[in-house]
Amino acid sequence: MSKKIIKKTKQILKKARPRRIYMDYAAATPVDPRAAKAAAKILPDIFANSMSFHGFGRQAREVLEQSRADIASVVNAKAEEIVFTGSATESNNLALKGVMLANKNRGKHLIISPIEHNCVLESAAWLERQGFEVTRLKVDSFGWVNPQDVAAGIRPGTILVSVMHASNEIGTIEPIAEIGKICRDKGVYFHTDAAQSFGKIEIDVAKMNIDLLTASSQKIYGPKGAACLYIRQGVKIEPILHGGGQEFGLRSSTVNVPAIFGFAQAALIAQKEMAKEGKRLSGLRDKLIAGILKTIPNSYLNGHPAKRLPNNVNLRFDFVEGESMIVQLDVNGIAASTGSACSSAKLAPSHVLLAIGLEPQEAHGSLRLSLGRWTKESDVNYALKVLPKIIARLREISPFKTN
Amino acid sequence: MKTIKKTIKKPAVCRPKCGTCPKGRAAASGPYTAAVMDHFSKPHNYGKMANPDGIGKVGNLVCGDVMWLYIKVAKNKAGQEIIKNIKFETFGCVAAIATSSAITDLAKGKPLEDAIRIDKQEIVGELGGLPPIKLHCSVLAADALAEAIYDYYIKQKRPIPVALEEKHQRIKKEKDIVEEKYKDWVKKEEEIHENRI
Repeated sequence: MSKKIIKKTKQILKKARPRRIYMDYAAATPVDPRAAKAAAKILPDIFANSMSFHGFGRQAREVLEQSRADIASVVNAKAEEIVFTGSATESNNLALKGVMLANKNRGKHLIISPIEHNCVLESAAWLERQGFEVTRLKVDSFGWVNPQDVAAGIRPGTILVSVMHASNEIGTIEPIAEIGKICRDKGVYFHTDAAQSFGKIEIDVAKMNIDLLTASSQKIYGPKGAACLYIRQGVKIEPILHGGGQEFGLRSSTVNVPAIFGFAQAALIAQKEMAKEGKRLSGLRDKLIAGILKTIPNSYLNGHPAKRLPNNVNLRFDFVEGESMIVQLDVNGIAASTGSACSSAKLAPSHVLLAIGLEPQEAHGSLRLSLGRWTKESDVNYALKVLPKIIARLREISPFKTN
Repeated sequence: MKTIKKTIKKPAVCRPKCGTCPKGRAAASGPYTAAVMDHFSKPHNYGKMANPDGIGKVGNLVCGDVMWLYIKVAKNKAGQEIIKNIKFETFGCVAAIATSSAITDLAKGKPLEDAIRIDKQEIVGELGGLPPIKLHCSVLAADALAEAIYDYYIKQKRPIPVALEEKHQRIKKEKDIVEEKYKDWVKKEEEIHENRI
């Protein structure tokens, strides 16, 4: 008798408890329990300032230097070429402002792509206001930067080229190695923002001729508040934070050792599982893309079909507004994001979608689903079941429905 | 038996019709109140109306909000003209859909002269508030209703009340500015409409 009731209660609970699926891994990732455990374990004890000479400080320094070596090994760099910062935004600010300011006697010209993250765009705009010159390259309809455009854009006085490794929005992977080679041949520094690609696809700073590279902990299942900038030995750079001279004088601030330790653990895990996880996620990604394009009329893929991050799905739907779509998805338990104007604080459509040639009304209907370590095939199946209903429903309310 | 009942907790996130909440009401979501989510999830009076007496079309596809409001007018027992039936079709964000739905509730059954006076405060009140950045959606909804009533008066070849004429001129002026700014896209929007018919 009681067993029956318990069973029934469980059934009711199962029905009542809404399914919650996280498909916004490109925005932030949950911390991997292994990385969390590692960071939590040292959090109470490794508290000392890593600059201190006493034993407590030495202990913190040991953890810090081990983490530095671990991160360096993931991208084939030397340990002393890794500078820890607090966020990818900070790393990108340091790369752009630090290099431009340190080399201003040689030239004032900076080249960036139009699909960079806001922290690169805004840093470049700030430099422009200080008297530097900025060239913004074009991208094709997949979001690709043509390496030849980079070559053509370099002129006497060009100091730095900054092109992201992979787009956070549309997932397109840029031809970083080609751009790196061009920059090295022409004697120009090359920075790449790898916040989205680090830990997901192979990176080798030596082979790819990268001078500066940004990576972040919180995109690879590490704790927030830790990131790094790889700075190749010999690159002339100025700090933007002045103070106690931590991190080789390039980033003054008491070092957040436990978060950095968690970051390093997360990076090692990501590196170890990269091949297998990449294969699994691209399978799910392709299933999701194909399923949506097949079942929903007037739907299109944004970005490149093959040269994209294994976890990125970005689509657009005619006659549907993105914010309505993600709120409706949220109601149905799926967390996603959009490049629609209505969902942004500025009420402007995503600059990335406009840069690949979409018109504002097309950008309004975009949807990004980013997958990750805990995305299961059943989640993809659920999304494929729910999404067509949501789109159909919103089109039913819209005056542009095709009868 | 009692202990088992205790284990049935209210879920943290409610879905419409999830079965455990009274009347299947939607929960507040993001910056939106429960009332906004209710109107958005189950909009009232949506769909196309056959042979409407007046149509109000406002907003544009480029900006991301398009509202079409249809009205049917009839006389009540006192001989006043009232909005007998009202329907909407909207392309837009959560706030755009919710304000469209809310204004149909507010306007339905109201005499025309009262309906003209429905303003954004009343719509926002009906929704229990809107995020500041979305307040313009409530203006858009009020404009759509005014335009539908204006359209009705024009079709009836009746004199237009001064306040309504002023409102119409303002809406038209704003529309012209946007259309000039985005003229290529507006053309495309018209093509879409035609293809649909």
